[in-house]
Amino acid sequence: MEVIFVLIAISLILAGSFLFLFFRAMKGGQFDDNHTPAIRILFENEPKTKDKKEPSPSTKSK
Amino acid sequence: MSNQVNTSIRRETSTCYHCGEECKDEILHIGEKDFCCTGCKLVYEVLSESDLCTYYEIADKPGLSQKSVSGRDNRFDYLDDKDIVRKLVDFQNSDETHITFSIPLIHCASCIWLLENLHKLHPAIISGRVEFIKKKVQVKYLHDKISLKEVVRLLSRIGYEPTINLADADKKTVEVTDKKLIYKLAVAGFCFGNMMLFSLPEYFAEAELLGEGFKKTFNYLNVMLSLPVFFYAATDYYRSAWLSIRNKAVNMDVPIAIGIVTLFTYSLFDIFILGNEGYMDTLGGLLFFLLIGKFYQQKTYDTLSFDRDYKSYFPVAVTKLVRDEEEVIPLIKLNVGDIIKVRNEELIPADSILLEGEAFIDYSFVTGEEVPVAKRKGELIYAGGRQKGKALTLTVQKSPSQGYLTDLWNNDSFEKEKVNSLESLANRISGKFTFTVLAIALGALLYWGFSGQLSMGVLAFTSILIITCPCALAMSTPFTLGNTLRVFGQGKFFLKNSHVIEKLAKIDTVVFDKTGTLTSTTEASVRYFGEPLSAESKSIIKSLVSQSTHALSNRVNSWLDGVKAIKLEEVEEISGKGLRTIYKSQEIRLGSADFVGAKTEGLPEGGNLVFFAVEDTLLGYFFIQSGLRKGIENVVSEIKVKLPVHFLSGDQDHERVNLTKVFGNHILMNFNQGPSDKLAYIKNLNQNGAHTLMIGDGLNDAGALRESQVGIALTDKITNFSPASDAIMDAAMIQKLPAFLDFTKTSRKIIKASFGLSFTYNLVGVYFAVQGLVSPVFCAILMPISSISVVVFTTLTTNYLAYRRGLKDKIW
Repeated sequence: MEVIFVLIAISLILAGSFLFLFFRAMKGGQFDDNHTPAIRILFENEPKTKDKKEPSPSTKSK
Repeated sequence: MSNQVNTSIRRETSTCYHCGEECKDEILHIGEKDFCCTGCKLVYEVLSESDLCTYYEIADKPGLSQKSVSGRDNRFDYLDDKDIVRKLVDFQNSDETHITFSIPLIHCASCIWLLENLHKLHPAIISGRVEFIKKKVQVKYLHDKISLKEVVRLLSRIGYEPTINLADADKKTVEVTDKKLIYKLAVAGFCFGNMMLFSLPEYFAEAELLGEGFKKTFNYLNVMLSLPVFFYAATDYYRSAWLSIRNKAVNMDVPIAIGIVTLFTYSLFDIFILGNEGYMDTLGGLLFFLLIGKFYQQKTYDTLSFDRDYKSYFPVAVTKLVRDEEEVIPLIKLNVGDIIKVRNEELIPADSILLEGEAFIDYSFVTGEEVPVAKRKGELIYAGGRQKGKALTLTVQKSPSQGYLTDLWNNDSFEKEKVNSLESLANRISGKFTFTVLAIALGALLYWGFSGQLSMGVLAFTSILIITCPCALAMSTPFTLGNTLRVFGQGKFFLKNSHVIEKLAKIDTVVFDKTGTLTSTTEASVRYFGEPLSAESKSIIKSLVSQSTHALSNRVNSWLDGVKAIKLEEVEEISGKGLRTIYKSQEIRLGSADFVGAKTEGLPEGGNLVFFAVEDTLLGYFFIQSGLRKGIENVVSEIKVKLPVHFLSGDQDHERVNLTKVFGNHILMNFNQGPSDKLAYIKNLNQNGAHTLMIGDGLNDAGALRESQVGIALTDKITNFSPASDAIMDAAMIQKLPAFLDFTKTSRKIIKASFGLSFTYNLVGVYFAVQGLVSPVFCAILMPISSISVVVFTTLTTNYLAYRRGLKDKIW
């Protein structure tokens, strides 16, 4: 049963490092704004496709 | 991409491609797209040149109307001043500058997309990054290639003009306090979770199989984990309890601090001296729940600022004239005697005397009345007005911080934080609670001591202190108030913090500002006197007023709703006087008495007059008064039944008759009240023991809003400017004010009921504790149950009652 001591140590270290990571994320501002990134992720691919896809045909009326 | 821009004006109904508003007066076309004004069209052109039309695909009609945007190009000139730039930027090195702008117009996904693609509009801009909730964008740019002024101008060209004000330039503080609570909550949660695991052997008989060694180790681990809880997570409670004792009072945190200290020291004694298991897991759980409650109560609204004073309203810089040369200087450097120039749409930064030019000052931010006031040469113009018309030359009489309006901020009531004269319900009860608990505990100690069982006495004494630990008691207030705050927020009634709810519940006098609060600029009453208007003249007037942005023109325009406008050749607007056109070779004039040559004697007072003349014959006049807000009569009469209502107005006495007609007799009306009179009036009421609620809207109410127990700033657009206050309310929601006020009383009742609930738990606990029967298991079960049931009870009742009163659309 002595293995429990090792397991306890590991669990504490694991949990402790999660706490540390949380602190770091907090300091780094990851929780400052949790709305914009959710929208921003939807934009990523769009601008590059501008050659293929015109905004709408009527804007190009010559 | 070159568009063949085909601009023409046609009459038909359609909506603007940019802002989605109905194109009322004219429609501009580019290709198939319609635009309601040149501003919107311009934004579209800028975007289409840079291939950024995706903007219009992400959200439907994402733009905002550009009609009211000032077109003056040099309005950002002050951004050339090095001092100002240095104050505004976040970071600067040899190449890059980073700056955060606050842009209230940010409202949809398209806004984010466009602002994050700024680099496509100008090569020297590196990036833009939006914080949607705070409505801010951080722009990084190369300052050698583009100046700050050009960046701001670019933003304004695409319809996102940032608001830059003195308050921004003055302070750059970051809110650290909020984060500290989260850190503490995280630590408490981490320790609590682990301690629960290590305490499991205590709760299950099977764990005995693990043997003594494990039990000891687990206890020591618990002690180790309790250290951060005791010395870090709980520090706020010690501080608050100590402060309260030093002020010879007992607040909610005193019993909590006593409980925490007893729990901790007794557990140490239990573990190290007696070799038992202690109550460390209970301590961890207690702190974790308490901090969650605190976190919930601290919820505030990031996008709204409640503490704005005149600095966030005044311009950052002014144009000063030195020997006829213009020089842009920061407002702080403005001195008495300086000669300044104020252009169209600019604010008067300090009380000054008019030297040159025709002044038409719009005091809408100050008084709520948006019809400009004319001033003559040599007259004093108060700071805070906005010039409508040609440029003015003024000489400064008082420094910006000492003007007629800003004097308010030097008043005592702005010096110190409002002292909370009202003791909160929880604190009052907790005083009695603490003494009762101490008395019971001492009683038990003495009883067991005299019957010869001192060790039993000590056990009973400590267990009473532990078990009555006012966990549930402490949580009922934050959760009830936190829920109420959320309900109010959904109803567009935003409170600065939860203390305001308790203060609102004690209000016994309600004071309304008149202009802008009882009345509304959008609800103007327009009456026409004189020769009846033919359909043709109506059409002429309609097309005249639709050419002008003057407040009175807008009101006449909405009065003529549904009338078809005629196409007029040329409409001339003479600033501050009126409109003129030639129709069928007749000169038609619409405007002030001077302009048409009319006499005002014997005509109604208390409103604005707009005269209508063809050639030299006066046909009639419009009498325009700012009308009352919709539903305001009901609001006042509902409140009037329960509480005394006062009106404060800066207007003349002649309004009294009109107001009495609508609101009845039992209202104390006060006229000719300047900003400091309003403040003094509230102060006087307060000194007579009244708990005042002030509802106002303009800068001139700022003093009164501040002095009152609760000040509510009413605003038509939540993100727009509103003076410092305890609460901000969307003007459209004013009908619900009586319901909101009632609900604050209800939430007090909910708090009392949940106190009752937690007292029941405490009685059960004490019953066992005096007999010395309390075990850690008992603690570990009773405490979470009592806390959680109180939280569930308050959350459910608050939301359910709010739903039943119509303050919420659905229960959740």
